[in-house]
Amino acid sequence: MSQQDVTFTPAGDDTDDPYAGVRETTEGPVYTVTGQDWDDVVGAAAAGEERIVVNMGPQHPSTHGVLRLILELDGETVTEARCGIGYLHTGIEKNMEYRTWTQGVTFVTRMDYLSPFFNEAAYVLGIEKLLGITDDIPDRANVIRVMMMELNRISSHLVCIATGGMEMGALTVMTNGFRERERTLDLFELITGLRMNSAYIRPGGVAQDLPPGAVESVREYLRWMWDHIGDYEAFCNENPVFKGRTVGVGYLDLAGCMALGITGPVLRSTGLPWDLRKSQPYCGYETYDFEVPTRDTSDSYGRFRIRIDEMKESLKIVEQCLDRLEPGPVMVGDKKIAWPAQLAIGSDGMGNSLDHIRHIMGESMEALIHHFKLVTEGFRVPAGEVYVPIESPRGELGAHVVSDGGTRPWRVHFRDPSFNNLQAVPAMCEGSMVADVIVAVASLDPVMGGCDR
Amino acid sequence: MSDNDPQSGKQDPDEVEEAARTRAETSPVEEQSAAEAPAEEAAAEAPEDESTAEALDTTGPALPPEHPSRRGMFGAYDGSGDTTGYGRLVVRDTNPVRGGSTPRPWPEELEQLGDDVSAALQEAGSTDADTFEKVLVDRGQVTFFVKREKLAEVARIFRDDPLLRFELCMGVNGVHYPEETGRELHAVIQLLSITHNRRVNLEVTCPDSDPHIPSIVHTYPSANWHERETYDFFGILFDGHPALTRIQMPDDWPGHPQRKDYPLGGIPVEYKGATIAPPDERRAYN
Amino acid sequence: MGVEEKLPSGVLLTSMENLLGYLRKGSVWPATFGLACCAIEMMAFGGPRHDSARFGMEVFRASPRQADLMIVAGRVSQKMAPVLRQIYDQMANPKWVLSMGVCASSGGMFNNYAIVQGVDHVVPVDVYLPGCPPRPEMLIDAILKLHDQIQHTKLGAQKVAADAELEQVALRAEATHEMKGLLR
Repeated sequence: MSQQDVTFTPAGDDTDDPYAGVRETTEGPVYTVTGQDWDDVVGAAAAGEERIVVNMGPQHPSTHGVLRLILELDGETVTEARCGIGYLHTGIEKNMEYRTWTQGVTFVTRMDYLSPFFNEAAYVLGIEKLLGITDDIPDRANVIRVMMMELNRISSHLVCIATGGMEMGALTVMTNGFRERERTLDLFELITGLRMNSAYIRPGGVAQDLPPGAVESVREYLRWMWDHIGDYEAFCNENPVFKGRTVGVGYLDLAGCMALGITGPVLRSTGLPWDLRKSQPYCGYETYDFEVPTRDTSDSYGRFRIRIDEMKESLKIVEQCLDRLEPGPVMVGDKKIAWPAQLAIGSDGMGNSLDHIRHIMGESMEALIHHFKLVTEGFRVPAGEVYVPIESPRGELGAHVVSDGGTRPWRVHFRDPSFNNLQAVPAMCEGSMVADVIVAVASLDPVMGGCDR
Repeated sequence: MSDNDPQSGKQDPDEVEEAARTRAETSPVEEQSAAEAPAEEAAAEAPEDESTAEALDTTGPALPPEHPSRRGMFGAYDGSGDTTGYGRLVVRDTNPVRGGSTPRPWPEELEQLGDDVSAALQEAGSTDADTFEKVLVDRGQVTFFVKREKLAEVARIFRDDPLLRFELCMGVNGVHYPEETGRELHAVIQLLSITHNRRVNLEVTCPDSDPHIPSIVHTYPSANWHERETYDFFGILFDGHPALTRIQMPDDWPGHPQRKDYPLGGIPVEYKGATIAPPDERRAYN
Repeated sequence: MGVEEKLPSGVLLTSMENLLGYLRKGSVWPATFGLACCAIEMMAFGGPRHDSARFGMEVFRASPRQADLMIVAGRVSQKMAPVLRQIYDQMANPKWVLSMGVCASSGGMFNNYAIVQGVDHVVPVDVYLPGCPPRPEMLIDAILKLHDQIQHTKLGAQKVAADAELEQVALRAEATHEMKGLLR
């Protein structure tokens, strides 16, 4: 691409972008997407008044994951900020088109790796809606789902606060955050068998029932968390250094949030109590007693406080979950959908079910055939498409699930809050200091695995 | 054994039953067919199926059309490696995306939404028929199939009309249906109204040969990255987008990877003399 | 990298190897190269419970110039691969690469267009660590194995000889598709 082919409109005009070349031809504008336009940006920068373009990332300690920030600086002030994403694009959505519906859970759990249960829940709720079995999910399964999601919300917010603290230099917040997170992961490991990426929520219910001792462990965890969650507030709430770094930083008001489609703690920091758990409940959230914390500061400090408050609300919800856990099935009754075995840990340390193996290998040929069909072929999902949104720790996580009537998804797309919310980086950062960019991005809490998928 | 009854029904391919069913009646999971003769009949069954289907055809309501891309159990058409005996099964197309409009009455809140949309369009000097190809109500969600040239205008009405007030655009997503000639590429837009606490989907189609859809970035700035992503993965060109560049793939990447005609791109895995093909090249149920 | 490489082969060089290996393995500074899920487990490794400070490696260096271990923690996309190689090239010798998790080691479950099928296509790998993601304990085990390698790194003439021998072994090894036996 030669440089004279490209005409750049000045920065600030919203009809163009300095990072894409536009050429007017007789057929209309042609956008140059072949790359190497970085040279043009530098060239354009050199031609005008003195501007410094700083490329931050994709591997930088103070960006969450592999996020690339392209900042244009005037001294220490950021005049323009752009995000470069896609460094963790994994092709998960495409991969899922070649696997059964159940296997898809294994993929979606690895998208946003800080909130695996939310990914699973959105996807599974989508499948269940397509199947028309939303109302048939056993109560116990729903309670366990809610409990796991709320525990996950706590662990995700802990990482957000921990890494955000680390990026601001508050290392104690980081070590404490990871200490508490380890305890949450211990629960996940006890209940699902894995610390992360558990693929626990399955179409029709959950993969297995709570193991013995799980309820006691969760109660013990709640006691610990109630004791220690105050630490963060004691560290940060009135800490002048912390407040100096966060108050008024990353400002985005309600109008900005609306225009940019921002949801989650960022939207709630503008004072709007929009939480899908309240406004469009799923999994029985309407029956739980909890508040939607808001602030009206619209800044990073408010978002931090909201996250702490949300963790407390989540603890309350988990308590209610424990109280209403009744014995019962954790998988839908329809044998054509329900995964054929409730697994237990076998002597070899692998998931196994001796009763089930005895049944299919020794007692019933039909059960063996059924097991084989369900595991290799999977179930068919009636054709159609649904969009199912849930409230993830970062905002609205939507699963657009499309079936063509087959045993595999036709297309699954995730509307990930990290992806959408990163669009707010220019609005939050332009005009501020370089150091504030880090705080603003941290307050968005983007997870690149979810963003790039 | 009693808990296995629905399973032995599973022996019989679902397609046979699917053929005898109209579009919206049941879903395969709900059917509790009586136990039918298993394995040994399967091979001799194929010709019988079609006669059964025909018999039903004359008596029952009209059958849905044959599925454009699926036949048999393994996606094999004419004896190409499908040794199951299920190769001649006809799969009926029950995808509502390819059907017509959903006749009213819809669920109550969607009726209200439909009326509001009509009123808003009327106020803007337009009508439903002018604006929409069809309106689909499926599983409690409403999808307006907007005529391509009307999209920018419709988005503006949906956002600004006091009856509608869809303030947030939650995303734009592409879906590729290679068998739908003339409307292969779909873009699905999800809108959310916080004022009225309801959602709506807009769907726009365009052919592969002319993959242009008007951009809604000027109405919904949040669609910016979503449209770039849809362009990146499907090659849909959003006219009027301020900077339609690739977002996920490297800038110099050839092709649009999430289209159905783009291979998965996996490599065969070799280990100790065994080779396992990537998932898209293995034989699979469809 | 300095005068120790020039020492004549013999007792002095062997003692020097031991000493240097001991010093080097006790002060491995990793670069912060977190990519995906594994990066979170890598951070947990740096956290209070698993405490990487015990191995003299609590300082995750942001600048590749100051780091000598790259823990590739997560899936490497085609878009990230050139960046990864650039960071590796910026690191000063001696340097090691630990491929953490199956995605970095072999592409794992993401056998598709977007992911590099094993980071060893891009940089030489010293330790492969399986798991999806590996627990921090597994990472500790891999680190200890790497320490073992570092301790026994040869210097000077002995390194040349060792490298030549390794090359011979590699040349004699049968290709993957010629291997026979059970898949284990």
